[in-house]
Amino acid sequence: MKTRILFILTLLTIIDLSITAQKVYTKNGSISFFSKAPLENISAVNNQVMSTLSLPGGELQFSVLINAFHFKKSQMEEHFNENYMESNKYPKAIFKGKINELSKMNVTSDGSYPVQVSGEITIHGVTKTITASGIITVKSAVITAKSTFPVKLADHNISIPKIVKSNIAEVIDVTVTCTYNQKI
Amino acid sequence: MKQIKLFILLLFLCAKLYAQDTTDLMSQLEKQEPLKTNYTFATFKSTRIITGHSVENIGKGVLDLRILHRFAPLNRGIYDFFGLDIASMRLGLDYGITNNLMIGIGHSTWQKTYDAFFKLKILRQSSGARNMPVTLSFMSSIAIRTDLAKKDTLNQRIITDISDKTSYVNQLIIGRKFSPGFSLQIMPTYIFHHNRIDSINTYTKNKNNIIYGQKRKNTFAMGIGGRVKVSKRVHITAEYYYQLPDTKPSIKFNSVSLGVDIETGGHVFQLHLTNSNGMTEKSLITDTDDKWKDGYIRIGFNISRVFNVGKH
Repeated sequence: MKTRILFILTLLTIIDLSITAQKVYTKNGSISFFSKAPLENISAVNNQVMSTLSLPGGELQFSVLINAFHFKKSQMEEHFNENYMESNKYPKAIFKGKINELSKMNVTSDGSYPVQVSGEITIHGVTKTITASGIITVKSAVITAKSTFPVKLADHNISIPKIVKSNIAEVIDVTVTCTYNQKI
Repeated sequence: MKQIKLFILLLFLCAKLYAQDTTDLMSQLEKQEPLKTNYTFATFKSTRIITGHSVENIGKGVLDLRILHRFAPLNRGIYDFFGLDIASMRLGLDYGITNNLMIGIGHSTWQKTYDAFFKLKILRQSSGARNMPVTLSFMSSIAIRTDLAKKDTLNQRIITDISDKTSYVNQLIIGRKFSPGFSLQIMPTYIFHHNRIDSINTYTKNKNNIIYGQKRKNTFAMGIGGRVKVSKRVHITAEYYYQLPDTKPSIKFNSVSLGVDIETGGHVFQLHLTNSNGMTEKSLITDTDDKWKDGYIRIGFNISRVFNVGKH
C-alpha cells in the first residue's frame, strides 16, 4: 500500500514537472528588416530562424543565420554578406533574453498579450543589451511572438561608406514573427 | 524505510530528467540541424578580372552597362598626355538570364569590332553538405571586325569576306576563393581567328604578290588571374594570358595586366595598367602588339553600372 502511494506520488511529480517545465521552439521563424533611406528602400527576409521559449519562465533565445537573409537584388545579398555583415566571420546573430511578464500570464488560454522582452543581442560580433516590446498571441495552445524593434548599425560596428549614405538607413527596423509550433 | 529510500531515489531521477530538459535546447537544436551547403560568393568583384572574364556571373534579371577604356601607351609622352589623348573603348551590355547564365554584347573602337558572348556557370564552389572545391564556368564569344574594307584601296580587289573577319573564343574558367582575401583562377582558352598581321606583312613586303584573304589560325592560351583584397571595397587584381608558342601569331605578345577594383554601391570601378589594347577576348589574347617594356604600358579603366530590370 505504502509502495503504491509512493509510486503514484512519483508519477504525479513527473507529470507535474513535464507540464510546468515545457519548452516550445520553432525552426522556421521569420525575421525581416527594412531600411528606409532617401534613395532606396531595402528589405530582406529570413525564414529559417531558430527560436526557443521556455515556460513558464519566459526565457527566450534566437539563433539567426546571416546568409539565410534573402534580398530582392542578388547584388544586395552579396554586399550584405561580404561588406556589411561579414557572414563568413560572424555567421550568426544571437539573442538571449526573457519575456518579462510571461510568468504572470496564463499562456494556456487564448488571447493577445502585450509584453516587454529584454536581453542581449549579438549582431556582427557585437553584443548589446536591448529591450523591445512585442505581442504574444496564444491560439489553441500555440504561442506566436511578434516584435518590431530598431537596430542602430553603428552600435554593432557596421560601417556605411559615405558614398552609399543615402542608400542605407543608419537605423534598421527589424521585425520578428515566430510561431512556436514544436514542443519538448 | 526501503520504500522511502526508493522514493527519494525516484525523485532524484526525476530531478535529473528535469535538469536534462533545461540544458540548452538551442545548442541541441543547432546540432540537430542538417548540414547546409554554403555556396561561395564574391570570388571576384566583377564579371571581368580586368579585361578577361572571371568566374562571376551577374544575377538573374540584372543588366550591366559596361564602359571600358584603354589609352595609348605611356611612352607617347607629354604631347599625347601620356597616351590619354588617344582612347580606345568598348561599350557593352550584359544581362543575367538566370543566376548561372549570362549573355552580353559590345562594340569596340579597336578594329571596329562587334562582339557577343555567353557565360555559363557549371559548378559552384561550396562547403558543407555539398563540398565543391572550385567554381567552373564556360565562356564562348564571337567577334566580328568591320574595319577591313571589302576592296583593297590600292588595287580595288576584294580582300576579305565576313568569315575572314570573324573570330571565336571558347574558354573554361576554373576559379577558387582560397580565403576571403584571396581568389585565383585559370582559364584554358581556344581561339579560332584569322591572322591578318601575317598577311599584311607579306602584302607590304611583296606588293606584286598580294595574299588574298587571311590565314586561319588556331591559338591555344592559358590564362591566370587573381585578386587580393586590400580593404572591404578595394582589391588588387592581375591577369596574364600565355599563348602556346607554336600557336601564337607572330609578332604578337602575351597580355599582362595589373589593376585595382574599387567598389561603391552599384558601381565597380576598375583601373589598370596593361599592354593590351583589345577589349574582346580574341583581341586581348591574340592581338597584343606591345611588350611591357620601354613604356608600352597603357592606362585603362572599366566602369560597370548594374540595373535590376528583370523579375526577381
